[in-house]
Amino acid sequence: MIKKIFFQSIFLSFLFFMEAFAAESGGMPQLNPEFWISQIFWLTITFGILYVVLSKLILPKISANLEIRKSQIVENIEAAEKQREQSELNIAEYEKIVQNSKDEAKNYFKQSRGKLLKDINLKKDALDKELNLEIQKAESEIQELKDKAPERINKIAVETSADLLRQLIGAEVNSSSISAIVDDLSRKKMDKYYGN
Amino acid sequence: MATNPMHQFEVYRIGPEIKLGAIDISFTNASLFMVISSLAILLIFNLGSKKNSLLPSKVQLLAELSYSFVSKMISDTAGSKAKPYFAFIFSLFMFVLFCNMFGMIPYAFTVTSHIIVTFILASFIFVGVTIIGFIKHGLGYLKLFVPSGVPALLLPLIVVIEIISYLSRPVSLSVRLFANMMAGHTMMKVFGGFVISLGIVGGWLPLSFSVALTGLEILVAFLQAYVFAILTCIYLNDALNLHH
Repeated sequence: MIKKIFFQSIFLSFLFFMEAFAAESGGMPQLNPEFWISQIFWLTITFGILYVVLSKLILPKISANLEIRKSQIVENIEAAEKQREQSELNIAEYEKIVQNSKDEAKNYFKQSRGKLLKDINLKKDALDKELNLEIQKAESEIQELKDKAPERINKIAVETSADLLRQLIGAEVNSSSISAIVDDLSRKKMDKYYGN
Repeated sequence: MATNPMHQFEVYRIGPEIKLGAIDISFTNASLFMVISSLAILLIFNLGSKKNSLLPSKVQLLAELSYSFVSKMISDTAGSKAKPYFAFIFSLFMFVLFCNMFGMIPYAFTVTSHIIVTFILASFIFVGVTIIGFIKHGLGYLKLFVPSGVPALLLPLIVVIEIISYLSRPVSLSVRLFANMMAGHTMMKVFGGFVISLGIVGGWLPLSFSVALTGLEILVAFLQAYVFAILTCIYLNDALNLHH
């Protein structure tokens, strides 16, 4: 009874405000104390059970779930980070290898190019020498031929002159006198051709 | 009777009359909806915490989002010291929210539209917070009524005002929730009555109001549960971290 009176006294100040809502019905069911104790009782029971079950069973589970998920995600992120670093290392290694092979290839190229050039030069020199020799030989032959040419010409000239004279005058002429004349003439003519 | 907007708030007995000595603790429609709300909360959160998958299911997501929502609300308003009271504030918020939301179903009973329910919740909070305050700070908790930096001349007046405001906490907390719920449901009922009485010709306007009010009431149902919980956090903050 005391409880009821206490509760009702609290609402006295709100009665006026509530009258506005309750104008038609002439009373608010909320202010009927018939089921107040029942409502308090059932509120205590239901809310009590709700609180106990939530706080002892369900909320710790949710909290654990959240923690596990968080740590799992953090772990995954760490693993991913590690893998990323590893792959970066791999990429660096790969690039190094590619660079090395490029350098090597360049070296090979340079080496073989040098070798080839050297080879070509050697062969060229050898050829040059051979050519020079041949040229010298040819030149000397020519020189020889050149040197021998006047003598032969003289000889031929002497013989032809002797033949001519025999046919013209029918007499043998001394070959030495003919050759002396031919020599004399040829020396004069030769000077014109050979310049000496 | 059906057109009486207050009829929806009537409490009636379901089943036999149960008496504990001289006290009537019969199971009523209010008790039924308290049980339904609690069971719904337990069901949802049990399903939401049963198995932990890295990619949460919808129920699990709901449970975990509510968990972090309330957890953030508490840590924002009452700090880390309020962690032991998390389960209570979570239960409180969920209970009030589900009671409000179940009240939005047509023909359902709104538990929180009864001042006795909200007042019991609010006074439990008030008493609990006061006890926590005295346990944590001893008689130093009374410093709550003496704000710092107030001229000595004004002090007696301020202290009286502070005490009154402190004592009115359970009343304001309970009446805020109760009045919001009751007013909203009464309004919806009144507009619903207009729809019937104006008939097919004129009933469309109150009907559209009714639709809009339903949306508003769902918002209010959530908002009032949130306000109830956050005010509890603020009171708890006063008791845990004495600022004055």
